[in-house]
Amino acid sequence: MSERRPVLAVIGAGPAGLAATLAAAARGVRVTLIDSGTQAGGQFYRQPAPGLGARRPQALHHQWRTWERLRTGLDTRLADGRVTHLTDHHVCWVERDSSVEGEPVRDDPAAPGFTVHALLGPEQRESVAIRAHGVLLATGAYEKVLPFPGWTLPGVVTAGGAQALLKGGLTLPGRTAVVAGTGPLLLPVATGLAAAGARVVALVESAGPRDFVRRSRSLAGAPDKLAEGAGYAARLLRHRVSVKARHTVLEAHGVERLESVTVAALGPDGRPRPGTALRLPCDTLAVGHGLLPHTDLADGLGCRLDGPAVRVDDEQRTDVPGVWAAGESTGVGGAALSLAEGHLAGRSAAARLHGTAPDPARRTRAARTRTRLRAFSEGLAGAFAPPAHWAELVTDETVVCRCEEVTAGAVREAVGSLGAGDLRTVKLLTRAGMGWCQGRMCESGVAGVAGCAATPARRLPARPVPLGMLAAPTDDPPPAR
Amino acid sequence: MNPLELVRARAGTPFTVRFDGREIEALPGRTVAAVLWSAGVTAWRTTRDGGRPRGVFCGIGVCFDCLVTVDGRPNQRACLVPAEPGADIRTQEGTGHDE
Repeated sequence: MSERRPVLAVIGAGPAGLAATLAAAARGVRVTLIDSGTQAGGQFYRQPAPGLGARRPQALHHQWRTWERLRTGLDTRLADGRVTHLTDHHVCWVERDSSVEGEPVRDDPAAPGFTVHALLGPEQRESVAIRAHGVLLATGAYEKVLPFPGWTLPGVVTAGGAQALLKGGLTLPGRTAVVAGTGPLLLPVATGLAAAGARVVALVESAGPRDFVRRSRSLAGAPDKLAEGAGYAARLLRHRVSVKARHTVLEAHGVERLESVTVAALGPDGRPRPGTALRLPCDTLAVGHGLLPHTDLADGLGCRLDGPAVRVDDEQRTDVPGVWAAGESTGVGGAALSLAEGHLAGRSAAARLHGTAPDPARRTRAARTRTRLRAFSEGLAGAFAPPAHWAELVTDETVVCRCEEVTAGAVREAVGSLGAGDLRTVKLLTRAGMGWCQGRMCESGVAGVAGCAATPARRLPARPVPLGMLAAPTDDPPPAR
Repeated sequence: MNPLELVRARAGTPFTVRFDGREIEALPGRTVAAVLWSAGVTAWRTTRDGGRPRGVFCGIGVCFDCLVTVDGRPNQRACLVPAEPGADIRTQEGTGHDE
């Protein structure tokens, strides 16, 4: 009997992917949950490696009860066979596949099925192809980091990276940290590092209180989130973290590794205020300027993007039949929003794969949560911003493309002397963005230094793959129904 | 306080790996990056052009800055690859294919 159920491939096992998996599995769909991690949780609920024997992992987490609910739900579905969880599967691309039998999205016969191509980790030499009737993209986000002199020194890490190694590996890169940049992620990173024993000397945030007052209306719609912010403020105080609002890092100093950073106050024009520079000794700088959605798989399937995010309708459907998207890939808004979107997407996918429509009356609570949290995150996104003239602080010698070691001077020359007018031309002239990371780490930085728009680049396959994978035929049997 | 104490970790039996010839202690389940950080090592690659030191940057497998040679295989992402007992971890010089 279960062989007759439609198959939904959910890509990403973070909050959105897990909520979607549980919602779809509860409604008669077989779910193949595909994730690059070794355990479910994604970045937000990243779990310590089992070998580390953490008896109180919640000390590093927020909303732990929600995690326990997701974990229990997943375990139940794994046990009853409704969900298969493929860990350490790094998805490279997804394609439409007419050999998948059945009529998956019955109101749209144009979408017969899909094949998901993934590399097996951690070595990533072998690949697999996974067939499904529908695909739900819950691919999350990665961190945006803008360049500054010294940002390539060992000891300078992304805020999320410091948090990932803390949550997953229970380790710190040093003992004395500065957390800097802009965005809500800096708060849990600073308090997390401090709770784990690092001396966090400063939290350097380029936004200031006025940026929030101006948006108080959209922010007031989510009092729970404001209370969360107040909780962080109390913890920062308890750990004696000096909060420097409307400040920015001017430079990271060191020879073989980070030794100190210089920070300065920002004036009303968004430029550093003369005479305010302050040098802070530290061996760790955790820095981030917000998150960027992972949209490569959606883009490869031909889904329409809205700016940097995948465009979805009220049911979280993309404009490609049979493809849903939820969570940060559809716009960065945090774990609670991802849960609501994942739930709505899973419900819609289950209904559509069975040839019916999701019951609108029963979606209202999740839909209301989604509306409220989207408004809140838009308010936050407007309030948190890097310094208006950050690119002026990037000296010509500063490497902006970390992979290809392209300096800001080379990018400026491409624009000034060679006449490059867009990111693509800058890339062709300088190699900025052509390395292993496929431009993910430098795109915003290069665009800012060049004075070009940061148009999302097409990146397929979504990660570097061995050539054999491109040549290999797909050989696993398509699912029948 | 340290991260292990914070979560009241009761880790499995430690083992050793080699980093550039010297033995360092590793806890089971940790990635190569976490093992090296715990041993106070923050750089394990030099860049192809400038020969500059690099280590972890993004920590989640996106940036490829933490590339390292493990058991003779270059270009492994230290933030993803688990450390295995007896692993021979070496600083990767340039592309890792020059020797």
